[in-house]
Amino acid sequence: MIGRGFRRSFLNALKELSSKRAVKYTVYASAVVVFFVLILLPPIFGIVIKWGEIQQVFDQPQLMGRALTAIGNSFVIALAVSALDLVAGIPMAWLITRSKSRWMGVLDTLADIPFVVPTAALGYSLLLFWNSSEGVSSLFGGSLVSTGWLLILLLHFVFSFPVVVRVMVGALLDYKMEYERASRTLGAVPFVAFRTVTSPILKPSFIAAFILAFARSLSETGATFIVAGAFENGPVFIQNLKNSFSAGLVSQATYEGATVFASVILIVVSCAMFGVIRVLGPRMKLPFKGIWPNIERRLSYAKAANSRNTLTLVVFVIIVLVPSLFVALPALQAVFTRTLPDALSGSGIWGSYWQSILLSYALGAIVTILGFITGLPMAILIARKKLGASKSAFLDILVNIPLIVPSIALGVSLSFFWKQSFPFMPEMLLLIFAHLSITYPYFVKSMSAAFERISIDMEEAARTLGAKPFSVFSSIVLPLSKYSILSGAIMVFTRSVSETGATIAVVTSLRTAPVVIVEWVKGTVPANSLEIGLGAGILVMLSFLILFLLRLVTRGKGKY
Amino acid sequence: MPEVGVVNLTKKFGNITALENINLQIHDKEYFSLLGPSGCGKTTLLRLIAGLIEPTSGEIYIANKRVDKIPPEDREIGFVFQTFALFPHMTVWDNVLYGPKVKNFNLREAKTIGDEVLEMVKLHERLDAFPGELSGGMMQRTAVARALAAGAKTLLLDEPLGQLDAKVRNEIRYEIRKMAKDLGLTAIHVTHDQSEAMSISDRIAVMKKGKIVQVGTPKELYMNPNSLFVAHFIGESNFLEGSITNAEGEDLEMELRGGYKVHTICKHTSTSGRIILAIRPEAFTMDQGLVQKDNSLSGRVEKVTFEGTFMRYIIRLKSQDCVVVIRPSMAEAWTDVGSEVTVSFAPEKTHVFPYPQAGLMKEISV
Repeated sequence: MIGRGFRRSFLNALKELSSKRAVKYTVYASAVVVFFVLILLPPIFGIVIKWGEIQQVFDQPQLMGRALTAIGNSFVIALAVSALDLVAGIPMAWLITRSKSRWMGVLDTLADIPFVVPTAALGYSLLLFWNSSEGVSSLFGGSLVSTGWLLILLLHFVFSFPVVVRVMVGALLDYKMEYERASRTLGAVPFVAFRTVTSPILKPSFIAAFILAFARSLSETGATFIVAGAFENGPVFIQNLKNSFSAGLVSQATYEGATVFASVILIVVSCAMFGVIRVLGPRMKLPFKGIWPNIERRLSYAKAANSRNTLTLVVFVIIVLVPSLFVALPALQAVFTRTLPDALSGSGIWGSYWQSILLSYALGAIVTILGFITGLPMAILIARKKLGASKSAFLDILVNIPLIVPSIALGVSLSFFWKQSFPFMPEMLLLIFAHLSITYPYFVKSMSAAFERISIDMEEAARTLGAKPFSVFSSIVLPLSKYSILSGAIMVFTRSVSETGATIAVVTSLRTAPVVIVEWVKGTVPANSLEIGLGAGILVMLSFLILFLLRLVTRGKGKY
Repeated sequence: MPEVGVVNLTKKFGNITALENINLQIHDKEYFSLLGPSGCGKTTLLRLIAGLIEPTSGEIYIANKRVDKIPPEDREIGFVFQTFALFPHMTVWDNVLYGPKVKNFNLREAKTIGDEVLEMVKLHERLDAFPGELSGGMMQRTAVARALAAGAKTLLLDEPLGQLDAKVRNEIRYEIRKMAKDLGLTAIHVTHDQSEAMSISDRIAVMKKGKIVQVGTPKELYMNPNSLFVAHFIGESNFLEGSITNAEGEDLEMELRGGYKVHTICKHTSTSGRIILAIRPEAFTMDQGLVQKDNSLSGRVEKVTFEGTFMRYIIRLKSQDCVVVIRPSMAEAWTDVGSEVTVSFAPEKTHVFPYPQAGLMKEISV
């Protein structure tokens, strides 16, 4: 009884406080301060601190050439991957949203798989499928796809695919079919209607999907490292350099200089590119001059649509789905050998494996909670344009920066800053900060999008009925947006569990699950293929559990 | 010959039957309205004719050509959407020229057409405006211009005035009719507003729960409704319960609830037993006090509403039934609340319907 009474008076106090201007401003101000001090500025200062070391790179032309080639590779692959993803993802999203088949819900869920599987496990799975003698290569004798750029391309295509599909499914569901119908009644065949009406209206979503796929490809480190072989892109270059430094092959100054050099170029070029896409994208006009009646008519009807759908599904199954799940095979084999009891008893390498799983999930949980607390006021600031339209839009852009900065570059600069400023900072805290930086935009974006969908009228109605701001939030806004918040939370959690690049960059002794998988595959820690298979398999299974939860909580999404 | 014909058309959405066995012939160059309460299937019927949805069974003809198997772009129709569906990324000019362009007209021809229709809807000054910058009325005009520019001879309008405010709505409805007539189009206009349908249509089909109840000119529907539903939905009617006491040809004598004895002349309905007598509010004349007259009902004025052109009286009869009486507001003296009055009507200005099995309220409910 005492507890309940206390709770009530506490809530009442909150309600009273929430209507005071000073309190409101303090909450918003602290959210902005946290964003700048913990998330935006540390990586920038980290680079500034080590700026001097860049001279090292200019003194070693060979190293500089290697760095520039690697970074170039990163951008070429990212561009190719996001273009291919759009080409394959749009028909897939179209199929999911337009087909009347009951199986589309299943297809929708399957398309999410590569998103929730930690990329390190995904990378190993693809390596097995395309490269090892146990996979598809066995049919052709030898390895079908050797490690290197082609395998990286396949890998990045696979893990960015769900991002594109997700964005486009959302856009197509929001799209008013009336536009397309109007176009049809005016004489346009379906393909022309798509080309001249639907796609220009959906262009912002195409751009968003492109940017997200591009950013994911630029950023990914762990899985890329697994499948790269001798090939280097930006993140792999930084990773290789770190390993050489650990092995005592290069000096600290060279390592730091080259890392800062690569990070700065990656950050600056990607920011510049996104700026350009943001400015030029909306102005870019799709060519709409002539009509090619015969060709476009042929592209429009049953035959073409059927072959397009079939091709889409074939690409999805062969390139995306089966390779992603191929790791199940060795995992299953491992179940019938000594590997399983070993794993369960935690002997040998498994002790640190289970520790890393525990660390990954604990880290994910902490980051999710912190992200929610720090991101929530920010999301309200952005969604409700509390600072005025232009400042809120600017804040929106700033919040997105961590999304487009390659995570290993972010991790490197973060660790420079914190290790320099607070040398005795616990590594765990550093890890939390790094993951918070990377996942922050996801949370803020999903929450602000959810809040924007809630009509301000609803809040005002509650206010006129006598509700204090806190009550409005807890009784109107939260219930209406809880599904978006939950799915945002699960996204942040998965992203944190899956994150490799920034983790590798900031830690020296701690090991998260993806880092362990990378070490096993690369042989830094000796492990046989059954062990790797089982280790990756367990990660995948845990991810499925999360995907299942995600589906469960978001199922009633259309309720309101 | 852009006549539109619909034969045995049925549309089901899952277990719900939206339209059942519809048959309809719309003449060349006719301005035709589909009228009914929301949910009656009128928009579904229009969308079926346009090809935006596919029928479950039945046939659709446009200009004597069977079209129910061909896609909307090949049906030679213009469609004006309730939400206008103007392409937000194109200017007024590009919206209007969209049809000619996708139909691959040559450019000069397309521009001439665009000029003509924009002239017609008086939108020449706003060529470069985007739909977001237009007022409701302008968006509406653009939507009509776009549908016309595609050159179709059949114009389908789905509640085209629903989003406009009352004043603009009244202006534009006559403009649309005039344009359709000037261009010699066959127009099918969906609306739930009976005054809109009455004022612009050559003929109207009244629909209820997926079926067509009556088809006729506005005058026919008003003067000779074939059912209680139409009598209730088109204009306004007083419904009085009673039973027939004597019938000689068209001459019916009846006793209404409350003991009023009246006689009417009823051309169409041959009926006996329990009936409903329908009388329009404006068919009554009104006298002060208790007056002995044929076909008269006496009661007390319960409510008076001044409606500008008309006075609306609600009169409580002895039977406790209420009747609504409408009188011109300027032509005669007003009657106050509480006055004793006698209202009477001419025998031929009534309609007699058999008492519906499901009850009166159920019969006239939408």
